[in-house]
Amino acid sequence: MKSRLRTLALAPAAALLAASVGFPFVILAAYAFLSRGAYGGVMPPWTLENWQRLADPLYAGILARSFVVAAVSTALCLVAGFPLALFLARAGRRKNLLLALVMLPFWTSLLVRTYAWMFLLRDTGLVNTILLRAGLTSEPLPLLYNWGAVVLGLVYAHLPFMVLPLYAALERQEPHLLEAAADLGAGEWQAFWRVTLPLAAPGIRAGVLLVFIPCLGAFLIPDLLGGGKTILAGTLIQNQFTASRDWPFGSAVSLALMAAVLVLLWLEVRRRKEPLL
Amino acid sequence: MGAHLELRNLVKEYPGHTALAGLSLEIREGEFFALLGPSGCGKTTTLRLIAGFEQPTGGEILLRGARLDGLPPWQRNVSTVFQSYALFPHLTVRENIEFGLRYRNGPAARRAVEECVEMLGLGDKLGRFPRQLSGGEKQRVALARSLVLRPDVLLLDEPLSALDPNLRKQVRVELRALQRRVGITFVFVTHDKEEALSLADRIALLRGGRCEQLGTPQELYLRPRTRFAASFLGPVNWIGGVGLRPEATLVRPAPPAGLPALPARVRAALFLGNCLHVEAEVEGGARVLAEVSRFDGTYEPGQPVYVSWRPEDEIRVRE
Repeated sequence: MKSRLRTLALAPAAALLAASVGFPFVILAAYAFLSRGAYGGVMPPWTLENWQRLADPLYAGILARSFVVAAVSTALCLVAGFPLALFLARAGRRKNLLLALVMLPFWTSLLVRTYAWMFLLRDTGLVNTILLRAGLTSEPLPLLYNWGAVVLGLVYAHLPFMVLPLYAALERQEPHLLEAAADLGAGEWQAFWRVTLPLAAPGIRAGVLLVFIPCLGAFLIPDLLGGGKTILAGTLIQNQFTASRDWPFGSAVSLALMAAVLVLLWLEVRRRKEPLL
Repeated sequence: MGAHLELRNLVKEYPGHTALAGLSLEIREGEFFALLGPSGCGKTTTLRLIAGFEQPTGGEILLRGARLDGLPPWQRNVSTVFQSYALFPHLTVRENIEFGLRYRNGPAARRAVEECVEMLGLGDKLGRFPRQLSGGEKQRVALARSLVLRPDVLLLDEPLSALDPNLRKQVRVELRALQRRVGITFVFVTHDKEEALSLADRIALLRGGRCEQLGTPQELYLRPRTRFAASFLGPVNWIGGVGLRPEATLVRPAPPAGLPALPARVRAALFLGNCLHVEAEVEGGARVLAEVSRFDGTYEPGQPVYVSWRPEDEIRVRE
């Protein structure tokens, strides 16, 4: 009885996943081996050409750049998020309020928040206006439409995904462990390196995955804050399905990105020998 | 022997609550010393102040005559065995034991590890992680981790409370033997009178952030100076301002010659296997509990008896 109930309860989610993930994936896999149609779409014959084009320095470069941007953004999220998560984990009774504040940005759509960054960063934006008025600079600083703006946007948008798993790992740590480290002669920094940080490792791994994966495929932020000058994998895929009308190649790039992510997940699962998250 | 660890008028105040209200103690070198008291008496606070996890709001702590208060925990040559043991879960037993040695040097430290491992019988556990150990093994790792540092004072927070009750008596004997063997001053906190009586050379009974009475187990049990001390260390029958331990309370069918005796009536008698607990009501209303040898006869409810005692067993407290 119990197992039938379980099957029944899981059915809606399974159906939804099959329809929204499984089915599109099959289509994508088929498209990636077909030829492009003149006005979009696909047509026979079957071909490997889309995959060969991935090795083209132009496209390989874009994929490599996407990895670098995602890695840098993830590293910055970790550096910025760790102290915040540590502070939250030790904030005592204000913990829940502060955690709610970390989640607060989710109340507004990412699109709106990214536009807000554009208003802050553009030549006539808030930051440049203040700098100019204060006489700190004679002409507007180029804050928008560059790699810096893209990374800033990615870090901003993904910081909560780093902070929450870090917080969960740090909050679990028994407070007596730090006292024990101090008691055995470790100063505050040594206690951090030898106790706090290693015990936070599961949270670090989870946070890195939760940030790196969406950063790798990010489209909205690089497109808006990079201003089309900074082509990353997400923009490349979007272009293939719109302007370039090359659905087969777009499918191949999507699958390549997905494969890279799956390899990372597989490495993590194998490391832990237990289910993810 | 002079004072090894000295607490002078130690005060610890928290907002809205005073944990220690001027505690002074002198602990001797190589002594097994118990801080005993009910919860909230300040015993754990005292331990944390000595370890350096918290700072006193008043008074001084001296180790071998040098001020200890004000130093951070990592600069004090005292070590703590936590109630929860606080072993590092990501490190093996060996790594746990060697944790503090990074800050010491020399082959002497290495030898200390081997000695402690040998002494505590942890030789076959070195590669394990704390989660793979039993409670008793965790405690031995925690002891080894502290003892390899050769602290001047070892602080133990409720060392037996996390253990299986069946294991406690055995560990009690082992802990006592260990302290004798290493010769280090042990200061331990407990709320359990039996633990304090059986382990300690001397006991400080704390109450409300002050020392109620300091003395050997015999002194505290047999010659408590206050009603609180008398009751905390075991059951007492109070008969007209005089206290009597149940095992010193005699119940006889006739008044024994030359001893004080009061006519009474048996209310209940419980057979406990090794002894009898006889509850009697003295004329005038006071109820007493007597622990009686099972060889001393039988008692029936309602039976008239005499409650008696030897004058030297009287507990006289100042009121």
